[in-house]
Amino acid sequence: MKYLISFCLLMFASWMPVHAATTEVLLEQLTTTKLSKLPDMVEQLEAQGDESLLPVFRAWLAGDLHFVKDSKTIVVETDVQGKEVYIDPFSQEQLLGLSSKDVKKIKVNNKLRGLLRGVIARIQLTSNNADVREGAVRELLSDIDEDTFATLETLFPKESNSDVKQMMQTALSIYTATDKSNSQITRVTAIEFLGGSLENDVRNVLLKLSRDSNEVVAAAADKALVNINRQVERYALVDQLFFGLSLGSVLLLASIGLAITFGVMGVINMAHGEMIMLGAYTTYVVQLIMPNYIDYSIWVAIPAAFLVSGLMGVLIERLVICRLHGRPLETLLATFGISLILQQLVRTIFSPLNRQVSTPSWMSGSWEINPVLSLTLNRLYILAFALLVFLALVFILKKSSLGLNVRAVSQNRSMAKAMGVKTEWVDAMTFGLGSGIAGIAGVALSQLTNVGPNLGQAYIIDSFMVVVFGGVGNLLGTLVAAFTLGIANKFLEPTTGAVLAAILVLVFIILFIQKRPKGLFPQKGRAAE
Amino acid sequence: MKLKTLASAIALSGATLIAFPSMAADDTIKVGVLHSLSGTMAISETTLKDTVLMMVEEQNKKGGLLGKKLEAVVVDPASNWPLFAEKARELITEKDVDVIFGCWTSVSRKSVLPVIEELNGLMFYPVQYEGEESSKNVFYTGAAPNQQAIPAVNYLKDELGVERWVLAGTDYVYPRTTNKILEAYLKDMGVAEEDIMINYTPFGHSDWQSIVADIAKFGSEGKKTAVVSTINGDANVPFYKELGNQGISSEDIPVVAFSVGEEELSGLDTAPLVGHLAAWNYFQSVETEENEEFITQWKAFTKNPDRVTNDPMEATYIGFNMWANAVTEAGTTDVDAVEQAMIGQETPNLTGGVAVMNKNHHLSKPVLIGEIQDDGQFETVWETEGVVPGDAWSDFLPGSKDLIADWTDPVKCGNYNTETKTCSGQNY
Repeated sequence: MKYLISFCLLMFASWMPVHAATTEVLLEQLTTTKLSKLPDMVEQLEAQGDESLLPVFRAWLAGDLHFVKDSKTIVVETDVQGKEVYIDPFSQEQLLGLSSKDVKKIKVNNKLRGLLRGVIARIQLTSNNADVREGAVRELLSDIDEDTFATLETLFPKESNSDVKQMMQTALSIYTATDKSNSQITRVTAIEFLGGSLENDVRNVLLKLSRDSNEVVAAAADKALVNINRQVERYALVDQLFFGLSLGSVLLLASIGLAITFGVMGVINMAHGEMIMLGAYTTYVVQLIMPNYIDYSIWVAIPAAFLVSGLMGVLIERLVICRLHGRPLETLLATFGISLILQQLVRTIFSPLNRQVSTPSWMSGSWEINPVLSLTLNRLYILAFALLVFLALVFILKKSSLGLNVRAVSQNRSMAKAMGVKTEWVDAMTFGLGSGIAGIAGVALSQLTNVGPNLGQAYIIDSFMVVVFGGVGNLLGTLVAAFTLGIANKFLEPTTGAVLAAILVLVFIILFIQKRPKGLFPQKGRAAE
Repeated sequence: MKLKTLASAIALSGATLIAFPSMAADDTIKVGVLHSLSGTMAISETTLKDTVLMMVEEQNKKGGLLGKKLEAVVVDPASNWPLFAEKARELITEKDVDVIFGCWTSVSRKSVLPVIEELNGLMFYPVQYEGEESSKNVFYTGAAPNQQAIPAVNYLKDELGVERWVLAGTDYVYPRTTNKILEAYLKDMGVAEEDIMINYTPFGHSDWQSIVADIAKFGSEGKKTAVVSTINGDANVPFYKELGNQGISSEDIPVVAFSVGEEELSGLDTAPLVGHLAAWNYFQSVETEENEEFITQWKAFTKNPDRVTNDPMEATYIGFNMWANAVTEAGTTDVDAVEQAMIGQETPNLTGGVAVMNKNHHLSKPVLIGEIQDDGQFETVWETEGVVPGDAWSDFLPGSKDLIADWTDPVKCGNYNTETKTCSGQNY
C-alpha cells in the first residue's frame, strides 16, 4: 500500500509540491517533538513514502541526525578524518561553517531503532543489491503484516536471486502458516517449508504454532521444530568447540612465554603477566601515534611489543634475576616485587583507568556460516596467530643457534660453559625471548579484554597452570595443555557456571599433578635432571 | 597532560600531608579521604579522591566552615580490605579527622564499620550498594537497590515489554544480594521460574563467549528478553565486546547495567554498546545549571578538558554539601551533633530537584535510565516522577521485610523490627 502511494507520488509530478511540503513540515516538527512522541513521527514520515528519506532514516538509526539550532534544518553528522562535518541528507553536500555547538542531536532510543530498521528494510526491498534485499527481508521476518505480505507477494515472481527468493518464500510461508483463514493443507505445506530454515524468527513462529488450536497444524509444527532443534544442537556443539579452542589459544599465548622462562630456564617469573600488560600498552601507544591507520596499527604493534617487553625482560634478567641464580624462593619474591612496581609505574604514567584500544575493522564482526552458527573474527584471527607464534617459537628453539645454546644451557649449564657457550648472554636472550613473546600475547589480548594495569594479574595464574599441566620445559605439552584446559572449561561452563567450572578445572589439575607430578609430557633422559 | 594532572594531584596530596601538620590542630577542620589510590580499585576510587579534594578547595574559597579552613587528609588503603580498617583507625585516632569520605566496595565498607562505630567516627559512603545496612556513623549517599535496580526493572517491563530476565553478576555480595531482591520482586510480579536465568562469573572474567551464547539462546524463545547486569568493573568491557561480536544488538536483548558509568565508558570503544542501558541517579549529559557548573569546575580542577563526571561523584558532592550544611547548622564538628543535624538536610541535586537525607541515613533522589550513546555519554530515556526515598532494608526479602532504620528519637535504631517493636542486637 505504502509503495503504491509512493509510486503514484512519483508518477504525478503535479503532486510533488504538496508532498514535498508535508515532508518538510514533518521534518521540521522532528526538531521539536518529544522523545516519547517520535515513534508517531517515524510512521508519518514513512507514510510519505519518499525514498529520498532513506538517508535521513539511516542517519537517525546511527544517531547521526542533527538539526541546526537557528534554521531548524535537518543535517547529518559525518566524520571526515577525525573531524565532524555536517552534510545535507538530500543533496549529500557539505554544509560549511557549522560546528557541533550550532547543532543539536535528534534523539533515538531502542524503540525508535526497531521502528527505523523496519522502515529502512521496507524501503530496501527494492534495492539493486541482492545482499541488501536479503537482509531487508530477514529484518521483516519478525513482523509481517498484510501490507508487507502483499508487497512481498508482488516482488517474489520478479526476484532473480535464489537466496533472496528463498528468504522471501520463508517470509511468505510465515504469514501463510499463521493466517488462520487459510486451509489446513496450505498451512501445513507452509510449515513444512519452514522446517528447512534455521532463522530464529521461524523457530519462534513454529513454537507458537505448536500450540495452535488446529491439531494437524500443531503436529506439523512440532515435527518441523524437532528437525530444526536437532540441527541447532549440532551447530551449538561446533560453537562450543570453537569457544574452547579460542579460550585455549588465549591460554597458549599467555603461557607460551612462560613456558620458556619458567619451563626452559626454570625461573619462576611472577612478573610474566606484566610483560603481557606492557605489550598491550604498547598497542595502545602505537594506536595513539597513528590514529588514522588503526587497520594497520596491529602490524606495527606486534614487533614493537616484542621489543618493548623483550628489552624489559633482558633488563630484569641482567639487574635482578642473574644475581639470584639458583635461589628460586628469592627469585619468586623479587619478580613479584617487580610486577607490583611495573603495575604502579603504568598507573602513574597512563592513569589507573583502562585505556581504549580499537579493534581494526578487518578484525571486527563475525563470519556468519548460517543463522545459528557464526564465528567471531577477532577470535578466529587470534587462534591462527597463537598457532603461528607457537610454530615460530618451536622453529627458533629447534633450528637456530640461539635455540641450540638455550637447550644446551638448560640441560647442563657447566658443561655448556665449558664448551664455550656464553651462558650469561644466553640467559639474558632466553629471558628476553620469553618476555617478548609475552608482549606479543599482550597485543592479541588487547583485542579481547581491558587494557589496564591489572591485565597481567588476570593471566598469571592461568599461565602457570598451563605450563605445569603440560609438563615443564616442553613446548608441545604447553600447546596440548592450553587447548585441553580451554575446551574442558567451555564444555563445563554451560552446566556448572563460570565460577564452578574454573574451580573444577583447578581441582582436576591438582589431582592430575598428584598422579603425574611432571605433567602431561615429562622430560625424559638427561634433560629431566 | 595526564602526567601533569597526576603530578599536581600528588603534589597536592603531598602538600596537605606534609605542609599543614605544622599548624596547630585546632586551626583546621580535617576531612579524611579513604579511597584506594593503588591496586585494583584505584581505577574507580582515585576519581572520588580528586572530587573530595576539589570540594575542599571550593569550600575554602568560600571561607571554610565555622571560620576555619578545611584540610584534606588523604590515605591510601591500596584496594586491600583489612587495610581499610587500619587506615580508618589511623585517620580517626592519629590524624584526628572530623569526617571521612571513603570506600567503594561493600567489603571495604564492612571492614571499616566496626572501627568507625567503636571510635564514633563519621563516614560518607558514595557508591550504590546492596542495602541491608544502616549504621549510626555512616551516611549512604549512593543508591539503595530500590533507587536503582527496582526502577530499572520496572522500566524494562513497562516500557520495553520485557518478559524474560537474565540476572548476570559478578560473584560477590552486591550482585548476589541485589539479584536476590530482584528475583523475589520479579516472582511477586508473576514472572515464572523458567523465565529467570541467573548467572555469576568471577571477578575480572574475560572469556564471555559461552555465557553470551547462552544468553542469546535464552533470548531466542520468542519472548522479549533483557539482561540486568550487576557485572562489576573491568569484566564489563569484554562482556559488551562479546555481545557486539555475536551480533546481539540493544534492540534484540537490551542490557541494563548498574555499575557502568561515564568513567567506565571512557576506557572503551562504545560503538558496540550504543543503545544499552544504565540506571543511575545522575548522568553527565543532564542539562542543568548546577551540573554545567560542576562539570566546568571538575575539568578545570583536573586540568583535563576530556574528564567525565559520574554518579558516585554526584553522591560525593551531595554528601559533602550536606555535611558542610550540617556542620554550619550544628555549629560544631562533634559527630553526634552533626549526625542529628544531617537528618532532614536538603541539598540541590546536580540533575535538578533537591536531595533529602532521611532518618535511615539514606537519600531521597530521582532515578534516571539512560541509553549509551556513541560518544560515551548517556541519553536519559526515562526518569522517575519526583524522588525515591532510599530503603535501607529491602521490602522484598523475607529476612528484612519488617525491618526499618530510624536514627531519630524515640527509635534510634538501624534495624528496628516493626512487628516485634524491638531493635535487634546487631550493630549494623
